[in-house]
Amino acid sequence: MENDAKHNSENLSRRGFAAAAAGAATWILTSCGPKRLYEVPKDRLRTKISELEQRYQQRYHEHINVADTQPMAGVEYAYALDLSRCIGCRRCVYACVAENNQSRDPQIQWIRVLSMEKEKGVDLAHADPYYNPPEVPEEGHFYMPVQCQHCENPPCTKVCPTAATWKERDGIVVIDYDWCIGCRYCMAACPYGARHFNWAEPEIPTAEINPNTHYLGNRPRTKGVVEKCTFCIQRTRTGRYPACEEVCPVGARKFGNLLDAGSEIRYIIEHKRVFVLKEDLNTVPRFFYFYAT
Amino acid sequence: MRLAAFTLIAAAALLRAADGPGTVPAGSASNKPDQERVETPPPPFTDGIFPCSNCHATQPVNRTRRELKDMHTDIDLRHDETHRWCLDCHDATNRDFLHLASGERIPFEESYLLCGQCHGEKLRDWRAGVHGRRTGNWNGTKSYLLCAHCHNPHQPRFHALAPKPAPRPPARPSR
Repeated sequence: MENDAKHNSENLSRRGFAAAAAGAATWILTSCGPKRLYEVPKDRLRTKISELEQRYQQRYHEHINVADTQPMAGVEYAYALDLSRCIGCRRCVYACVAENNQSRDPQIQWIRVLSMEKEKGVDLAHADPYYNPPEVPEEGHFYMPVQCQHCENPPCTKVCPTAATWKERDGIVVIDYDWCIGCRYCMAACPYGARHFNWAEPEIPTAEINPNTHYLGNRPRTKGVVEKCTFCIQRTRTGRYPACEEVCPVGARKFGNLLDAGSEIRYIIEHKRVFVLKEDLNTVPRFFYFYAT
Repeated sequence: MRLAAFTLIAAAALLRAADGPGTVPAGSASNKPDQERVETPPPPFTDGIFPCSNCHATQPVNRTRRELKDMHTDIDLRHDETHRWCLDCHDATNRDFLHLASGERIPFEESYLLCGQCHGEKLRDWRAGVHGRRTGNWNGTKSYLLCAHCHNPHQPRFHALAPKPAPRPPARPSR
């Protein structure tokens, strides 16, 4: 009997200790532990951003404004691309490079335009991104630009060991370049080849740098981080169209708010033949391809 | 009872007679479907060509379909050219205007109404913001372009473009 009581009290204390230890560990992990830089309190983020701006000033000898514009309420972005119009001129690719401060050497391009044969249809196995005829469109070919699909169910964010990439409230999948450790798991997880790695220090001619940047978007990156399309977060969160949308000479690119019943995007989804790329993977892209004619 | 029925029939016949077979539907401007005017930049005229009345006001109107030899020789009509010619779209009596099939005169700034007579589904998509290029703000002022800003009305088919350079294939390490 006495023995039993002793045993019990010993058990209780052991349990108490375990609980206390677990509590302490949780506290350490949540309050002192790592946090994405983007999630630190506002005032600290502003200090961090002004430090960043100073670093960019030294590097590019120009003031680069880094914004942290938040998502708008009641807005979820979506994109639509008219395959019956695209002529494969690659204007969007280079407008994107210029707008989003992508490295010229080594070359990084967030948009990849695939040339496909009309006879085969959408056939990724035989698509050619390196097509280079004197004039486009080529006879018997159509073109399919591919960029980040901003999935509703993104496989890339799930595999990130540091949670450096996530989906924002407005549907934009973003990366915190200061939190990315360059493991490239996300690149392996992305079924669209939309993510790109800075294998070397990115090179942008000083004269061509775009000084209007967003923390989660087109601010200059460093070697060893992953980057991708952000629907031009620095433009779209202030109400503007993305750069690729505005430059398209045939008007094949459409952008808008999925939650606004009067938007172009909703009109397209409700009236046109629409599909998404690799629907079977259940990534639920917010990037729609359609045929207007 | 019978008298009442007769009066009704007579009244209906009278009304129909008053309408007449040749009546033009009244006020075509008022019964256009969802026709709010769309703001567009000025039409893309060739330099110095507008107003057309500078030359045409003093010239007699020649309605015979013919090949133009003296003026506008640069225009090579490839837009259903077997059935169409200048005066199907350009107004003969006032050259500073276009006209619809109904005869209604419209300014060049509203040429989309003219195009939409045949390309109705394109006009519908254009109004919705789906056909054509949009710039500006996705949630605010969007700028529209006229059909003629992208399609030459005399040769509406898009011309081929030279593509921008292809991406560099990834470098293979030398062995």
